[in-house]
Amino acid sequence: MENSDNSVSSTPSSFRQPKQIHQRIRKLKDKAARYAIALGGISVIITIVLIFFYLLYVVMPMFSGARIHPVATYSTGDNAGKNRSHSLYIAMEEQAEIALKVTDKGDIEFFKTTDGKLINKENLALEGNTITSIAASEVNQSVLALGLSNGHALVIKHEYKVTYNDDDTRVISPFITYPMGEQSIELDEQQKKILKLAIQEGEDAIVMAAATEDKRLTLITFTKESSMLADKVNFEREQTELLYPESNIDFLLIDKEKRVLYTASKEGRVTVYDISEPTEPEIIESILVTQSSETTITTFDFLAGDISLLIGTSNGKISQWFPVRDKSNKEQLAKVRSFQSESGITKVSPEYFRKGFFVANTKGEIVIYHTTANRTLLTSSVTDNKINQLAVSPRGNALLVQDDSGTFHFYSVENEHPEISWSALWGKVWYESYQEPDYVWQSSSASNDFEPKFSLIPITFGTIKAAFYAMLIAIPVSIMGAIFTAHFMAPRMRSVVKPSIEIMEALPTVILGFLAGLWLAPILENHLPGIFTFLLIAPLGILIFAFMWQQLPHQIKMFIPDGWQAALLIPVIIALGFVSFSVSPLIEQFFFGGDVRSWLSNEMGIPFDQRNSLVVGLAMGFAVIPTIFSITEDAIFSVPKHLVNGSLALGATQWQTLLKVVLLTASPGIFSAVMIGFGRAVGETMIVLMATGNTPVMDFSIFQGMRTLAANIAVEMPESEVDSTHYRVLFLAALVLFVFTFFFNTIAEIIRQRLRTKYSSL
Amino acid sequence: MRKTLKTWFDSGTPWIWLNAGAVSLSLIMVFGLLIMIAVRGMSHFWPAQVLEFDYTIASKFSQRIAGEINDTVEVSLENLRNSGIELGKEIQQNSQWVTRHLIKTGNRDVLGSDFRWVLAPYMSNEHFPQDIIVLERSEWGNLYGYLKAIKQNGQIVSENSSAWTDLSPRLDRVKNIQEQIRDIEKHKIGEINYELEQLRLKKRGLELDKNNEPEILSQIKSSEDTFKQQFGVLQSELAKLYQGINRDKLVVEIMDGKHIEIPFAKIVRAYKPNDMSFIQRIGVYLSRAWEFVSDDPREANTEGGIFPAIFGTVMMVIIMSILVTPFGVVTAVYMHEYAKQGPVIRTIRIAVNNLAGVPSIVYGIFGLGFFVYFLGGNIDQLFFPEALPAPTFGTPGILWSSLTLAILTVPVVIVATEEGLSRIPRAIREGSLALGATKAETLWRTVLPMATPAMMTGLILAVARAAGEVAPLMLVGVVKLAPSLPLDGNFPFLHLERKFMHLGFHIYDVGFQSPNVEAARPLVYATALLLVIIIVILNLAAIWIRNNLREKYKAVEN
Repeated sequence: MENSDNSVSSTPSSFRQPKQIHQRIRKLKDKAARYAIALGGISVIITIVLIFFYLLYVVMPMFSGARIHPVATYSTGDNAGKNRSHSLYIAMEEQAEIALKVTDKGDIEFFKTTDGKLINKENLALEGNTITSIAASEVNQSVLALGLSNGHALVIKHEYKVTYNDDDTRVISPFITYPMGEQSIELDEQQKKILKLAIQEGEDAIVMAAATEDKRLTLITFTKESSMLADKVNFEREQTELLYPESNIDFLLIDKEKRVLYTASKEGRVTVYDISEPTEPEIIESILVTQSSETTITTFDFLAGDISLLIGTSNGKISQWFPVRDKSNKEQLAKVRSFQSESGITKVSPEYFRKGFFVANTKGEIVIYHTTANRTLLTSSVTDNKINQLAVSPRGNALLVQDDSGTFHFYSVENEHPEISWSALWGKVWYESYQEPDYVWQSSSASNDFEPKFSLIPITFGTIKAAFYAMLIAIPVSIMGAIFTAHFMAPRMRSVVKPSIEIMEALPTVILGFLAGLWLAPILENHLPGIFTFLLIAPLGILIFAFMWQQLPHQIKMFIPDGWQAALLIPVIIALGFVSFSVSPLIEQFFFGGDVRSWLSNEMGIPFDQRNSLVVGLAMGFAVIPTIFSITEDAIFSVPKHLVNGSLALGATQWQTLLKVVLLTASPGIFSAVMIGFGRAVGETMIVLMATGNTPVMDFSIFQGMRTLAANIAVEMPESEVDSTHYRVLFLAALVLFVFTFFFNTIAEIIRQRLRTKYSSL
Repeated sequence: MRKTLKTWFDSGTPWIWLNAGAVSLSLIMVFGLLIMIAVRGMSHFWPAQVLEFDYTIASKFSQRIAGEINDTVEVSLENLRNSGIELGKEIQQNSQWVTRHLIKTGNRDVLGSDFRWVLAPYMSNEHFPQDIIVLERSEWGNLYGYLKAIKQNGQIVSENSSAWTDLSPRLDRVKNIQEQIRDIEKHKIGEINYELEQLRLKKRGLELDKNNEPEILSQIKSSEDTFKQQFGVLQSELAKLYQGINRDKLVVEIMDGKHIEIPFAKIVRAYKPNDMSFIQRIGVYLSRAWEFVSDDPREANTEGGIFPAIFGTVMMVIIMSILVTPFGVVTAVYMHEYAKQGPVIRTIRIAVNNLAGVPSIVYGIFGLGFFVYFLGGNIDQLFFPEALPAPTFGTPGILWSSLTLAILTVPVVIVATEEGLSRIPRAIREGSLALGATKAETLWRTVLPMATPAMMTGLILAVARAAGEVAPLMLVGVVKLAPSLPLDGNFPFLHLERKFMHLGFHIYDVGFQSPNVEAARPLVYATALLLVIIIVILNLAAIWIRNNLREKYKAVEN
């Protein structure tokens, strides 16, 4: 530095200064480029990894169990003293803001769920009688019936009006209505105490069943008759005495369709009545549902939908039963599955819209189960006392518990996806109204009672089936084609053939699907014998032609040198195809009575879909051929030439060389080609979507369609609600596809890399 | 050198022939498919002759039918009997087969459907009448019949033969008015609607910000009023035009002798199919082909053009290319030039390779979940709260489609670019470094320019793949009918949030979801042909560049 200061006239300093800056800028630029490129590269790689983790992130919540969080604990009303009232029934309204309590004194109290503050209290006119029994209708109707000691019953309905304040806050006001009048109605003419009661309200009738203390069981139907003049509804009463079951009646239930009545005794005797004709009821069956005499039934409830019974016992076992048709087409109760809780069941509360239920036991625990998923979602201790009452909010997001001491515990519930479990996705599931466990995919719902069925087996099966038929067609054609192209074909022809088959790979699958569905499927339907004839006569015809060609004099053979056989065969194959399709009608006429389809379905019992696996196999085979062809061809072509020449020099024929040397060396490459082709067939969407009927059936028949994982996503994703179980199951399907193809491709890729190093070492 | 069968089999030659047969079969399939699509797609525009004949079913019930023969098949009598078709004595009962034609009869408004099957033996008096006319209509498909008169304001102005000469100037006049109407409806009124919507959003935005400065509000109000006023003026203009367009009507006699009136406004094209010279036919052919690529679709996409689909596809591919090229190239450069070569980068390379084999629908579902619902939903919350609950970016659209396809095709670009980079001889890099260039300079000045063709190949292959991909797009932004293009004259001109139409999806939708599949089929073939042409050209370009590239490096290495 000093030096440069002294020599002012010397140029280097003034020269060096900018150069240094320039150098520094260059270095800086270099560094910046390094970091920018690293950043860009790594971010793209991360994005790619993100796909997997995002799919996983969407899928995971399905497998986490339920959670409950305590919100409040309080007591309401007079819980102290000898005279304290007991709750007979508790429930919550839709928003889980207000709860209802019915006491044995005939009080109906509405209170806030969060702090127990009383909102509204009504006292029922019992006229000196006591409440001897209580029955609730199907939960969505919110109708209750109270059986009285004088053989009367009082029917009430709890309703909630929602209004909005000026500042958009919601106000819910609860109130009570009396569907059958404020006065109690006489159920039993002999005025005996009603010990057990059941009720269902429908649009046109209210049905009640009452068991009295003197062992009589009466079915009473009140048919609604609304007169045009008055708003009042009149009821026409109809009464039938039912045969009293051989055991006591401790539980009494009517289903919401008002077709079946169940009675059960503590000892486990269940009697089923058909009451679809109220005037002519009959006993369908009577069975014992407990195994030992020591256990007694403690709860007897319907699952949502009123088809299944949930029977809880004193030893903590809870089992699901529903009517199943047996071979003689008779319905019989069958035990479908059971769950075990730690101690005796005290209360069961089914969810309103899902096939799950909440259970309370004597140890003060709450257990959440789901029937079809066969899954215990949560076991949690909420109190040290025995739990007496249990209510689930209609949305399944809140839980109200009253224990033996009368204290209420209010919990919020997180239980988004109870219906999914490993067994529900991949195992046979016995759904309600099904005769036996089965694999079913049926995701869209027609009504609230419907339970979506998410078995991935039928669509996974469809995926494999489609890929199988595609590979059946693609493997022979592509591998044989690749062998000829790589090993025998004249270089000039090869330079045309290879790119043209590779272009086929780029052909949009939507075009293949369109042709398969609208062009190929009708042709195959009309010329079914033709295609099988072609499969038979094509190889034969080629061999015959080849033999005849061999016999030709040299002069003619000279025109087509070796390696051009493929070109020579093109007209031959076209002719063979033409022949097979023109004889197709004759074959159909001769062997199948003019119509193969009806022959298949009538004579052979094989149903025939127009868009079937054969169509998919051909179209998807077409899509997969270039993939397999191109990789196989590369593998065979890059077998080192000295190996081939060595073999030929030792006197082996071309064919022997190919079999014993070339194919053996290239076999890992061929294997990886098949793997990659299989991966492509598994994930192909448009062809399957357009060329099959997309019905999720499990049938390996070549004449039937299928639904694949990929097509299923394409069909159902647009109509699936974000973050619903359906949405997550579709993501799971995508994850399965991703992992599956990634796995196969990785294997194939590793094999190919090994092969490459092997070739270079040879 | 004659051989016996046995020695011939022992030599293995038959198996070689069988393998050759597999190649031939593949070639027949490829070229057969291409030729079939080409023939069917191109014949769509050709004005076919119209056949007229009397049709008498089992000598009971006779009617006159005219139409184009679309298809001819042989069916077995068994089949006919099974489907409950009455077989009269014209059909020879001893033969098992009968010829059946599919006739495009048009006149869907009268007959209920465009097509009907007829049995050849029942046909008689077949001829090609010279003066039958075909009217392509904007509603109800084609009409076949005889021109009887032209009415102006309800009065007949010309009849029979003079009507034909009178037709074309009047049609031109109507076309002219239609042009003006379209200009007003699509552009001017569309613009006003767009501006009004923007003002509404602005107002809502102010509301959300609790900002109620009267000055701004009155400003918005006044501009709203001006737009509404303009709208009123345009409305009255339109009403006048509509009056003018409905002035003329055609009277046509159809096959059952009924006369029907068709307003000129509904006519797209009129010609006499049996009275045209070859040149005239080519004229009609070209005009129809031009309509196909330049016009909007009609009648639930089954007729008219596919311009919005072409535009949407091109637009999406361009946005995708802009996204995929820099990222793909940067990643390839990073993996090949900067990253430490070891097991990690080898694993990544295999993973990237494999991603090309992951089903496209998986990318689609990822795009829907991550881009549309997660990213888009958050963008809406942050930047477009005034439009909520109507989503702006939180719904499928062209940006998300392009992004999804960019991720789908990025492995293609990476692999191709890396291959290009690895083909560049070390000596070139070392030479540059030895001369004192930094690594970045070497890359920028020597390596990347040499790798450009490889990048081009990658990009072209990516574009070809993206153009043909449909499954993921069905989830992230394609619709059957988009009301407006993603690019228009309204600020900010490029509307990335809009949904768009796509050639591939058009094929799926029209071929499988349309109510009138039979009528739409030729159009689907034409669309398929267009798509195949685009993709084959792109692929051939990629192959050509790749081959040239190899030659070039051979030269460098020597």
